[in-house]
Amino acid sequence: MISHEINMNIEFIILSLIGLTAYSFLIGRKKALALSSLKNVIIHSQPYYHGLHSALITIFPASILLVLWSWIESSIFSINLREYFKDITDPALADFYISGVINYVGGVDQKIMDHVNFMSAVNYYETTMQMNLVLKGIIIIFLTLIVSRYSLKLIAADFKARDLVENIVIRVMRYASIFAIVITVGIVLSLLFETLKFFESVAVSEFLFGTHWSPQMSIREDQVGSSGSFGAVPVFTGTLLISFIAMLVAGPIGLFSAIYLSQYASTKVRSIAKPIIEVLAGIPTVVYGFFAVITVGPFFREMGIFFDIDNFSSESALIAGSVLGIMIIPFVASLTDDALSAVPQSLKEGSLAMGATLSETTSKVIIPASFHGIAGSFLLAFSRAIGETMIVVMAAGFAANLTANPFNAVTTVTVQIVGLLTGDQEFNSAKTLSAFALAFVLFFLTLILNIISLTIVNKYREQYE
Amino acid sequence: MNSIIKRNQSEKRFKFYGILAVATAIILLMILLFKIFSTGISAFNQTYIGVKIQIEANSDVSNLDPRRELKRNLRAMFPDVKTRSEKKNLYSIFSNGAYYEFQEMLDNYDGKKIDGYYYFLASDDVDMYVKGTVKRKGNSAGRIQSSQMIYIDMFKNMNLIELKYNKYLLGASDSRDPELAGILGAIYGSLYAILIAFITSFPLGILTAVYLEKLASRNRFSDLIETNINNLAAVPSIVFGLLGLAIFLNFFDLPRSASLVGGLTLGLMTLPTIVIASRSAIKSVPPSIEEASIGLGSSKIQTIFNFTLPLAMPGILTGTIIGMARAIGETAPLLMIGMVAFIVDIPRSPMDAATALPVQIFLWQDSPERAFVERTSAAIMVLLLFLFVLNITAVYLRKKLEKKW
Repeated sequence: MISHEINMNIEFIILSLIGLTAYSFLIGRKKALALSSLKNVIIHSQPYYHGLHSALITIFPASILLVLWSWIESSIFSINLREYFKDITDPALADFYISGVINYVGGVDQKIMDHVNFMSAVNYYETTMQMNLVLKGIIIIFLTLIVSRYSLKLIAADFKARDLVENIVIRVMRYASIFAIVITVGIVLSLLFETLKFFESVAVSEFLFGTHWSPQMSIREDQVGSSGSFGAVPVFTGTLLISFIAMLVAGPIGLFSAIYLSQYASTKVRSIAKPIIEVLAGIPTVVYGFFAVITVGPFFREMGIFFDIDNFSSESALIAGSVLGIMIIPFVASLTDDALSAVPQSLKEGSLAMGATLSETTSKVIIPASFHGIAGSFLLAFSRAIGETMIVVMAAGFAANLTANPFNAVTTVTVQIVGLLTGDQEFNSAKTLSAFALAFVLFFLTLILNIISLTIVNKYREQYE
Repeated sequence: MNSIIKRNQSEKRFKFYGILAVATAIILLMILLFKIFSTGISAFNQTYIGVKIQIEANSDVSNLDPRRELKRNLRAMFPDVKTRSEKKNLYSIFSNGAYYEFQEMLDNYDGKKIDGYYYFLASDDVDMYVKGTVKRKGNSAGRIQSSQMIYIDMFKNMNLIELKYNKYLLGASDSRDPELAGILGAIYGSLYAILIAFITSFPLGILTAVYLEKLASRNRFSDLIETNINNLAAVPSIVFGLLGLAIFLNFFDLPRSASLVGGLTLGLMTLPTIVIASRSAIKSVPPSIEEASIGLGSSKIQTIFNFTLPLAMPGILTGTIIGMARAIGETAPLLMIGMVAFIVDIPRSPMDAATALPVQIFLWQDSPERAFVERTSAAIMVLLLFLFVLNITAVYLRKKLEKKW
């Protein structure tokens, strides 16, 4: 068999690619160096750039071909493998067998599956895989050799290697910066497609205005009443309730800390207290969730018993909201601090000179003057609270209740997304897709909040500049 | 005069509110840390019970069943134990790990006579009782029945119950038995993921920052990229998880639960942070240095790579480390790409199914066993230690390397 004669593997291909690239660099530089030492010859670019140019030219086409080939080959093979399992009507089961073959050949799983064609499929896959690898290796290495020769031929005294290399570098940088847009487009598209699929089975109006949320589908499709209901209003109100409670905690504490630290505190106190408060922002949210479960929850429940509050749920909005509030204190504090510090010193000094106390100056001059900035920072913190996941997953409930009572259990958008997408789930069921619809709403809600707050903050900053 | 007093009072009140707010924030932080540390510190020790082991010199131990052999030694200590249920109760105060430890002892047997007390791992319920987490009520404590308590009391009276260093916590992977569960696998998963995240986001972030700051002409396109990056930085992390799910798992067919996918997702999430930090670092390099370089005949690219980037590097690294610290504590995106499975093996490569430290914390806090509470806290302590080290490095770098121009 051919696989025993030529032992080609992917590491060998990559290593020879790297080797050839290094070779091109060294030889290119040497050649240019030799050129530059000749009399009466002034070379345009330094030898280093000639080497770099040769190396770049050498590695580009081969690596692109390698990636493309590896990407295409797997889909071609699985199509061919499907021929062996033609008798299986269920495509998911056929896929299962195909991955069984691939795992068997790859040595991941030595299980022989119960199908007449399994071993012949394995044989086919093994031999074609080997041939493919050999072919891939030979073609790619050969291509690299040719390109390398060609790139070395280009070297001449007036060859503008540096300009070419710099153009490549600039181009790479431009593509890198476009990548950020690609991410955004990727987010929008991946959410959009699934959301549209979801709205094929559930009406938009039902999703946005329905008041009953219970995405559980029955196991069998023919079961009566199997559709589940997807009115997301309770989910949205739950999110808003919890975020609102969080702002009730973080707003005053953050605002007053910022006022104290920026107006009253000595430099020494400020330099100690500020980093400590910032530590709150650095603690992972899963830790806050655990804190909510083991400390804040029991504490509030004790209080509930003490004050004799009915229906105090262990997953109440109050618990999740107040821990979420602790988490966003530093956001409010530092953003508000920035806003307060941006007020021109002259305004503050003018007010003080008129005989106002510092508190009067703060509440009547500095806060009104920085109102936009403070509002922007509150909005930003609010959007952070809406998108926060782990605290609410651990401390809030999964059942969607339409209520404004902070002692009841409510759910949030992020809790639903996690609940719907973790564990085993079939793709393309309305239940799974509803998570994408929720995420779509979440993405746009936070995006709009961010844009508004950034605009407010920037506008206000320009006012004083 | 009255109004002056009033005004001064309100001034004092206002200042007091400020102090109260700062104090509240700091006290809340202290409570949180205190609670985690006070619950977690006990997980670094666990309960071992001494058993008298007797093996004759030069006996052949290669064929011994450790389970049966340990039980035989136990019965020899308590000759009164006769009935099946009594035996069962006696054995049940030991962990399954006790048999592995005994096997290890047999593996190291050198032919000499063994006769003495050796310590073996107790079950999690016993551990909780011994540590006082679960209080004794009459003759039972939590899940420990009075029929088991007899033996615990006996061992206690013989002074054979000891707390020893918990070698499983930092040396093993996840397990269904709390006393055998550890975070080593999760640490590996986190390290792989963070490495991949760094490899993807660091070069991309720097290149983007350089392009936007030094090369792009101010036009609508570069404005678009800029606003886009600022907004990406505020996108909820769970949305990045869904992106990872849709792109890496469903489109590129990468393996589910692999730390490779987790790392790529975290990399995308961290990219905006790195770009923003790098841009401000690049901005702070004085233009006079760059102009001098251009004046001496360097090209723009040469100036960037020879002067701008090396001088901005401390700032860039600080921003990157802070971004990485955020990524290492991130849980929600990893839940979306399936790094939330129960995995017993330590991942050998980024392609293996793995979990990450914060996900492990999430999984453990959800477990019903009482003993997982302190282990969750201990895992959090390890996570916080990582973050502390990363942040201290960042502060050190900033202090040490950053120059004031």
